[in-house]
Amino acid sequence: MSVVDRQEWDVIVVGAGGAGLRAAIEARERGARTAVICKSLFGKAHTVMAEGGIAASMGNANPHDNWQVHFRDTMRGGKFLNQWRMAELHAREAPDRVWELETWGALFDRTKDGRISQRNFGGHEYPRLAHVGDRTGLELIRTLQQKIVALQQEDEKETGDYESRLKVFQECTVTRILKDGDRVSGVFAYERESGRFFVLEAPAVVIATGGIGKSFKVTSNSWEYTGDGHALALLAGAPLLNMEFVQFHPTGMVWPPSVKGILVTESVRGDGGVLRNSEGKRFMFDYIPDVFKEKYAETEEEGDRWYEDPDNNRRPPELLPRDEVARAINAEVKAGRGSPHGGVFLDVSTRMPAEVIRRRLPSMYHQFKELADVDITAEAMEVGPTCHYVMGGVAVDSDTAAARGVPGLYAAGEVAGGMHGSNRLGGNSLSDLLVFGRRAGLHAAQYATGPAARPTVDDAQVDTAAAEALRPFSAEGPVPGEDIEERSRPPENPYTLHQELQQTMNDLVGIIRRESEMQQALKKLAELRVRARRAGVEGHRQFNPGWHLALDLRNMLLVSECVARAALERTESRGGHTREDYPAMERAWRRVNLLCALTDPTGGLAATDPVRGQITLTSETTEPIRPDLLALFEKEELVKYLAEEELYE
Amino acid sequence: MSSYKARFKVWRGDVQGGDLEDFKIEVNDGEVVLDIIHRLQATQAPDLAVRWNCKAGKCGSCSAEINGRPRLMCMTRMSVFDRDETITVTPLRAFPVIRDLVTDVGFNYRKAREIPSFVPPADLGPGEYRMMQEDVERSQEFRKCIECFLCQDTCHVVRDHEENKQVFAGPRFLMRMAELDMHPLDAADDTGLDRKRAAQDAHGLGYCNITKCCTEVCPEGIHITDNALIPLKERAVDRKYDPLVWLGSKIRRRSS
Repeated sequence: MSVVDRQEWDVIVVGAGGAGLRAAIEARERGARTAVICKSLFGKAHTVMAEGGIAASMGNANPHDNWQVHFRDTMRGGKFLNQWRMAELHAREAPDRVWELETWGALFDRTKDGRISQRNFGGHEYPRLAHVGDRTGLELIRTLQQKIVALQQEDEKETGDYESRLKVFQECTVTRILKDGDRVSGVFAYERESGRFFVLEAPAVVIATGGIGKSFKVTSNSWEYTGDGHALALLAGAPLLNMEFVQFHPTGMVWPPSVKGILVTESVRGDGGVLRNSEGKRFMFDYIPDVFKEKYAETEEEGDRWYEDPDNNRRPPELLPRDEVARAINAEVKAGRGSPHGGVFLDVSTRMPAEVIRRRLPSMYHQFKELADVDITAEAMEVGPTCHYVMGGVAVDSDTAAARGVPGLYAAGEVAGGMHGSNRLGGNSLSDLLVFGRRAGLHAAQYATGPAARPTVDDAQVDTAAAEALRPFSAEGPVPGEDIEERSRPPENPYTLHQELQQTMNDLVGIIRRESEMQQALKKLAELRVRARRAGVEGHRQFNPGWHLALDLRNMLLVSECVARAALERTESRGGHTREDYPAMERAWRRVNLLCALTDPTGGLAATDPVRGQITLTSETTEPIRPDLLALFEKEELVKYLAEEELYE
Repeated sequence: MSSYKARFKVWRGDVQGGDLEDFKIEVNDGEVVLDIIHRLQATQAPDLAVRWNCKAGKCGSCSAEINGRPRLMCMTRMSVFDRDETITVTPLRAFPVIRDLVTDVGFNYRKAREIPSFVPPADLGPGEYRMMQEDVERSQEFRKCIECFLCQDTCHVVRDHEENKQVFAGPRFLMRMAELDMHPLDAADDTGLDRKRAAQDAHGLGYCNITKCCTEVCPEGIHITDNALIPLKERAVDRKYDPLVWLGSKIRRRSS
């Protein structure tokens, strides 16, 4: 029946950002024939936008640093909700992953004695971020890309074909993961250039598609961030974990409107930049929460001394974890002490000489000069929160990155949940990509080249996937079960639907959340879901952006519902989830994971009623933290996070 | 905040051919050309093909020619044009069109594969690399490249001479050779690979006659000609005509 082109591989990696490329390198080096599929051109992934650095306790800038300190900082940043084994593996393995990049040609900034320089960042006790100016993500992507080319050159020498063992399918989009019973059997994808469908058959699929920020109006995320991997996993039967935790980066550009949301790196604060309100006050001193009271400076003088003498002074509160700073900015603006365009002031111009700013923050200098006519060496920037990262994601096994319940499915990077708990520290993303990208590639390769018989691809699933993908071209046609009035309506414009979705999530499930608004959001999402089934496209299948967006809408709507449902359920405030009606962090909630699964596992996406929707939520109690890891903290600190009974266990 | 209607001409078509299409479209304060293209998609031309990712000048996807000049659409502010000026947006000329503003940039990926990769020093393990900041800075400048391929598009060696594509890697990849050649720990020499000579003999360095067009269009402000191509040319020439190097290479070859 189906006539789509088919190819056989061992491991398929969906996504070519840091996690996907690291997974592909590992899988290929372990002997698996590996295919990478990415929506954009090779080397353009969202990872290039990471600015600050890669967190790894190499101890180059401060010899007191080690994996235990990094683990502690990560758990504190995530308010102890982190999947602790992931946080442990991450802290232990990050230095090796950074050093390995040097052997592949990466050129980090150096210390005076020639080692990799490390910079300060929010929530990290010591200077820990390996960096290249403020373009670290670009260096990471380019290094991995060039390593892949190096491997392809080796393969070409041996086999005469660059792509015999490792191939990148660029500008291709996976719309369904295919299964043989419970197991993964491959993916269904389409090529943008031709609009043609194809199937890659493989026993193992690594999802490394990044985040979901394009469901929000103000975001630092690129067009790719439509929650594809989250949705693919859900549709394949794997649950998502703790989707209520969405990070709003405290400093995005706020003016001009067309650049609203573009990231202003945390390095600005790490290197000495300060936040001020319209009265000129460094307001962050008023927002140090109880759990961090002993760790942050109480006066500007102490905070300023810390840059030179960190052993005898405490860090300034501008370097609190991102959730704290974002909430503080939000509160200042709400109290009427904001900047002219609705943000606050971030100033480096009075803190360091112009030439130092231009050297340490070259892209920020460039970005403000080019896009906002602001010279950051002479005046303050205006900044405000922007949707930046999702902590929630595919529920995975900590050691193997295997998704729950679907043999052969793996997830790594932003699309995987657990590692960062309720809030991610800056710099922990790039290290996460490397540590768990490698682990996912390793275990996917082992599984795929193991003894089990290869799965077979079911033709019926391929036909269904093709029909689903082509639906937007015939959106005008009658839909069974719809009444006559419904049938006579014109098709919906996917761009309009997307804008309404972004406005809904921004206004109703944004940085500060309320029960009534989230209920309203769920209603609106249900309405959009019905209308999205009528999303129509003009033109033909070749490189058609309207078609692509119509397909992306399915993913954004699924993921948005997960965020809204989980956020409604969690009646406390923690990390990237702030409830106005439940402002306190509750120790009882710390042990609770919320899991989202597809209500109709047969994969049908009927427009079900708004109250039930497409997602079923369950909660589970997390595994107790291993005693030797708990022993890394003082008891006085643990009582702030852990329930009584956990402390005595 | 003031908005106005701008006149745009956007090339639409595919490999079979195409033409400029006229649009009148709203422009608001602070917007860039890519904002206008997006507004066209959302309101007038939903299937208008364009590549873009970050919209912040960091990924190098939205390359096009604006009024004939190769630029990133996301970094070209509408305020640089007069309000009554017609703005013409066309695809990169040096590469075959796929559809509308999207071109087949496969040439660049093929060339990337032909450049010999970094050779790690055999005697240093991970974590043992020691390099001074002033020594890595030269190569770091070239690693700022976002691979927008504007330099590849503008370079007249290939822009007007399709036949040169076979033998000429283009400024981006000659710069990549310079970057590796200047890497403080690259051990290519130990494997018998002379990057300078390879640039000259296999990748067409000699075709470059330093008109600096590449440098002019680079959105990252990399001094491609002055800092990468000219030094690479000088070193290639030094090696070729330096009698000591010539003698040394003969002796080394004999002893091995």
